[in-house]
Amino acid sequence: MSTEQPLPVIDHDSAPYWQAAHEGHLDIPLCGDCGKHHFYPRAICPHCHSDNLNFDTVSGRGEVHTFTVARRPAGPAFADDVPYVVALIELEEGPRMMSRIQTDDPEKVHIGAKVEVTFVKASDEITFPYFRMT
Amino acid sequence: MKNGRDPVIVGLADAPIEDGKFVTKASVLGHAALVAKAAVEEAGLTLDDVDGLLTAGMWGVPGPGQLATVTLGEYLGIMPTYVDGTNIGGSAFEAHVAHAAMALREGYCEVALIVYSSDQKSLRSRNLGGRPSVLSMQHETPYGMPTPVGGYAMAAQRHMHEYGTTSENLAEIAVATRKWAQLNPAATRRDPLTVDDVLSSTMISEPLHLLDCCLVTDGAGAIVMTTAERAKDLRTKPIAVKGYGEAHTHWAIAEMPDLARLLPAQKAGETAMKMAGVSHSDIDVVEVYDSFTITVLLTLEALGFCKIGEGGDFVSGQRTAPGGAFPMNTNGGGLSALHPGMYGIFLLIEATRQLRGVCGDRQVAGAETALVHGTGGTLSSGATVILQKD
Ligand SMILES: [Zn+2]
Repeated sequence: MSTEQPLPVIDHDSAPYWQAAHEGHLDIPLCGDCGKHHFYPRAICPHCHSDNLNFDTVSGRGEVHTFTVARRPAGPAFADDVPYVVALIELEEGPRMMSRIQTDDPEKVHIGAKVEVTFVKASDEITFPYFRMT
Repeated sequence: MKNGRDPVIVGLADAPIEDGKFVTKASVLGHAALVAKAAVEEAGLTLDDVDGLLTAGMWGVPGPGQLATVTLGEYLGIMPTYVDGTNIGGSAFEAHVAHAAMALREGYCEVALIVYSSDQKSLRSRNLGGRPSVLSMQHETPYGMPTPVGGYAMAAQRHMHEYGTTSENLAEIAVATRKWAQLNPAATRRDPLTVDDVLSSTMISEPLHLLDCCLVTDGAGAIVMTTAERAKDLRTKPIAVKGYGEAHTHWAIAEMPDLARLLPAQKAGETAMKMAGVSHSDIDVVEVYDSFTITVLLTLEALGFCKIGEGGDFVSGQRTAPGGAFPMNTNGGGLSALHPGMYGIFLLIEATRQLRGVCGDRQVAGAETALVHGTGGTLSSGATVILQKD
């Protein structure tokens, strides 16, 4: 990974999520009213608009909903990574999130592939949840 | 029921480009001003007649919201009393037509000017990254998402998975669009193109190849609208704005409700066609945003020209090419004519020219009703306009 990888600008909505990822678990908001998880973290539930939300540690398991193999980098910071797989992961708990699939063979990635989270430290503050096929 | 305040298009202009770059030497605002002046003069008006100003762009004095209409109004030396800086991506201009139409009907303005300009090609300002990693983009940009092509690639991948759509299906769109460009002297890419050429072009973001992607060019365009009553004294034959609709769903691609269905187009299209009182068989010419080949496929399905999942068959056999059953993107589109970042205004300009009947070799015979649909962001927003010859 290039050292110039753009890092997230953490805000009040996302701070607990990034903190948890840094500690090695995947925490996303769970609504106390409708009982649904959501991602990315917000101050109100996008399903029922309740603000009765708490972060919940989820399984880290899911499947590839869709993906692309980037053959051209998203700017110079990613030039060394090409080809790499950017995917939308559908978590077992429902929400979708963007991440990377860690693989030696991008051609093996397919829609529906089962994946689990793996954490990759990027800086003293930031650890990214990536996924691996299981 | 005709009304004197019914909205019509009376003026058009676009800037000449060569090899994708502006021919005239001027700043990005200079090009906006030159096309604005040309469009009002075509109608027999002057910039002093303009009281409604609508624009969107990626230029601006850095700062809060960039204040696009304010910056442009100052440059033009006018004091508009109705403004709209709606920016929902490349579909912004179809939304501008809708908003101007409402303002004209309401008597809130008399002459509305819609303008776009970009010198992105000359500036070499484009790469596949670049969205700052803030707000929802903090969950996208760090993963190296190629923007915007990666989101379109993910939608294409999903459409292929669900419906068996192929890269050959997508290539048919690029090839048909190139054939229209070959009939348009102003188009940037006019060399012959085959399905094999598209499939063997560089893979950018799987499954989208280089030739599934729009061009990167400069470009500037302007549209002048007024009321049917005012148009009687003007120089051009007015083209009526009969219906419009708009919608958006997401900015981050992970938030797109259904990666294989373009909900904003479905919603906007239904609204616009209902308002205009037209059905699919009434539409003679279709201009839809072709940022990528997959954009067209998703749009045609969502607008109801074919069933969801059947877009691949619909575009096969060069049905959208000159002489085909479904004339579409008749200037050569964003894929082959020009694509200056936000292309939507050029869809409107081409549709209006088709209805005026001034398109020369690429003229669609008997074109009376046109459907224009813009798509913006990463399949984020959609806006439809139905235009009709009076
Ligand atoms: Zn809820």
